Amino acid sequence: MPRPALRPAARAVRTAVPVALSLAAALALTGCADKPTATAGSTAAGGGGGPITVNATDTACELSATTAKAGTVTFQVTNSGSKVNEFYLYAEGDRIVSEVENITPGLSRELKVEITEPGTFTTSCKPGMVGDGIRGAFTVTGTAAKGSADSKVAKAITDYKAFVASEADEFVDGTKEFVAAVKAGDVAKAKSLYAQARHPWEAIEPVAESFGDLDPKIDGREDVIADGMAFTGYHRLEKDLWKDGLQKDSGAVADQLLADVTEIAAKSKTVEPTALSIAGGAKALLDEVATGKITGEEERYSHTDLWDFDGNLEGSRQALAVLRPVIAERDPALQKALDADFTELSSLLAKHKTGADYTSYTALTEADIKELTVSLDALSEQVSKVPGVVEAK
Amino acid sequence: MSDEGLSRRRLLGASGTAAVAGVVAGAGTAYAVSRGDDAGAAGAPPSTAAPALALDAAIPFRGEHQAGIVTPAQDRLHFVALDVVTKDRAQLRQLLEDWTRAAERMTAGAEAAPGGLVGGGPNRAPEDTGEAYGLPASGLTITIGYGPSLFDDRFGLASKRPAALQDLPAFTGDQLDPRRTGGDLCIQACANDPQVAVHAVRNLVRLGFGVVAVRWSQLGFGRTSSTSTAQATPRNMFGFKDGTNNVKAEEPEGLAQHVWVAPDDETGGGAWMAGGSYLVARRIRMHIEVWDRTSLQEQEDIIGRDKKEGAPLGRAKEFDALDFAKKGPDGQPAIPVHAHVRLAHESQLGGIRILRRGYNFTDGSDGVGHLDAGLFFLAYMRDPGRQFVPMQRALAKADVLNEYIEHNGSAVFACPPGLKDGQHWGQGLFA
Repeated sequence: MPRPALRPAARAVRTAVPVALSLAAALALTGCADKPTATAGSTAAGGGGGPITVNATDTACELSATTAKAGTVTFQVTNSGSKVNEFYLYAEGDRIVSEVENITPGLSRELKVEITEPGTFTTSCKPGMVGDGIRGAFTVTGTAAKGSADSKVAKAITDYKAFVASEADEFVDGTKEFVAAVKAGDVAKAKSLYAQARHPWEAIEPVAESFGDLDPKIDGREDVIADGMAFTGYHRLEKDLWKDGLQKDSGAVADQLLADVTEIAAKSKTVEPTALSIAGGAKALLDEVATGKITGEEERYSHTDLWDFDGNLEGSRQALAVLRPVIAERDPALQKALDADFTELSSLLAKHKTGADYTSYTALTEADIKELTVSLDALSEQVSKVPGVVEAK
Repeated sequence: MSDEGLSRRRLLGASGTAAVAGVVAGAGTAYAVSRGDDAGAAGAPPSTAAPALALDAAIPFRGEHQAGIVTPAQDRLHFVALDVVTKDRAQLRQLLEDWTRAAERMTAGAEAAPGGLVGGGPNRAPEDTGEAYGLPASGLTITIGYGPSLFDDRFGLASKRPAALQDLPAFTGDQLDPRRTGGDLCIQACANDPQVAVHAVRNLVRLGFGVVAVRWSQLGFGRTSSTSTAQATPRNMFGFKDGTNNVKAEEPEGLAQHVWVAPDDETGGGAWMAGGSYLVARRIRMHIEVWDRTSLQEQEDIIGRDKKEGAPLGRAKEFDALDFAKKGPDGQPAIPVHAHVRLAHESQLGGIRILRRGYNFTDGSDGVGHLDAGLFFLAYMRDPGRQFVPMQRALAKADVLNEYIEHNGSAVFACPPGLKDGQHWGQGLFA
């Protein structure tokens, strides 16, 4: 179901630039006369060499070196002040490269950072945990070998394209059958085919939401169709089948639907995903469930929302399945949580299946809806962490 | 309430922190903890001034007792009751540890996580939701409590259940809504800026998805009790001063006797509660439209105090002792026999007192044109079965006020003692 505004997943996702390449040469320093400033010796510390000591007080942040060679850089941070302190290494835009928190007075903590590209960073001690902290510039020179998951990402992209192609073909096939039933005037058969014909689309929808008017023409609800656009597609036929009865133009609407579905299926196969767009799509599908399916908004006449729920959930699960090797390598705990939460939500949804068919949305109790919502919140919170894990390092 | 106090409260609600900061600075007592901007952070002088009246100051998170109980009552509340939805004991313990970290940071005026606003870069969902960035700590306290249902067989905590932690009995006239009643856990967030209190609850709830789910929640827009002699007595939605005779922070003996659980109180598995306190929460809807049509004389007779000064009937000043024997000009008791202050007074209840910390609320209207407003009653005590229960039984039976109120939400929680350095909330319970 397209929304009036483009969902984040439908936009071109900003490409993550490797941290060190994106840095501006000049960094704004915050020193002023009445404020403490960072001080440091000028010795360079080598990557993999001895640690850089950081003496953090309530008013100063003293580093033994402000340059280092690429590689593993180690900071040994000692709090010799009276407030709880923190130490940050920032890239451009205050993006945290790494940090160590809760350094209580008298305590010394070690921070190891892997930096593979040259660039200028910002260090900051933050006595009392608030504010921008006591900042200084930090320079990294040279390059170091990367521990890369590039080949795994490439494989994930290939796998996801194959999944999209297969769902797109299924969408065309299911739509053909459905359209034939509508044109034959077989209302009962058309109703029985409706939900499952749409199902593949619900699994891959974020891929194609940017194809102009095609998605609203196929899947737009009457209340979100833009001014000047006709109400067509699946939801128009849903209204005919369940509420108004087939109309004079139902056959023409069905023909147009098949043409549009064939076109969008072909276009979907040409989309070049990235690891980030796949992860963003997995999240967007769950957002669809939260805002459209679990509320019973999408299928207001057929009440087949649980089929769409199933499609969105399956699409999200498949998107993350192709990313599994990348996630499992970089954040095994997250992969474990994703597995557990997908299983939990799937089993709760399956409770509402009778034989091969889902029960009507109208049969759900308030307690059923809360149970599904609680489980969906848990899963969505984990899925929202995936982009940060699969982004280029 | 003094004019000064009133103007501060209004100012805060009307125009946010900039104005408040000005007032506080003018009062000369400020120690502002700045959140986010660098103005007060690294260069700020260490805290030396007493922060009692600085509305934007930070309240220490750690100590012998949890903050948010005898802390001078802040103006705003966001209270939430939660159910544990995981079956995994380790997940619950981890959440209590994660909550401790985030709560300590937020009460200091910091983001819920380091670099929570933008530090995760463009592709991650920010770890802090952001609406309190740049606001001062605003007296935020975050107080946690455990409900009786947490100590069932799910997490192996049955043997840790304090004997005094029991579900409240049904009281005459209760109209409890299951959707506003009970809960495995509660979080009370109080602050002098509502945005700061809401931010705290929102971020803790977010950390808990998959482990806990919100059961019900309540916003309070104005305190109805003073918990310190430094505070003026506020008014409730009936327009009367409320909590004049409250147990106050400046009464250590009263607190020890009525509020804090003593080491001898719980000798079995509930011994971890020593230094803690039990919280009773009741959502009391007030039928204010009906009340507002009631004559002044009748209002004062129902409460037992005069409306303007708050003095007990028959006396002149707010803090004058109640004289239950005194007769009025008509020969009847000056304080009527069913007046609220008489029924709730310690002299009528065998010396029972509680520390009240309630908030006025209005949750919009009720669909038939009446305000859904009232008192969100919060009270801390050493043993609900010996304090709140007999007090409420007496009130439910005879209080004339019952014609104007309806208890439609209820819960009881065991709030553990304060945390020492290095401790987190999961430790006492899961030791």
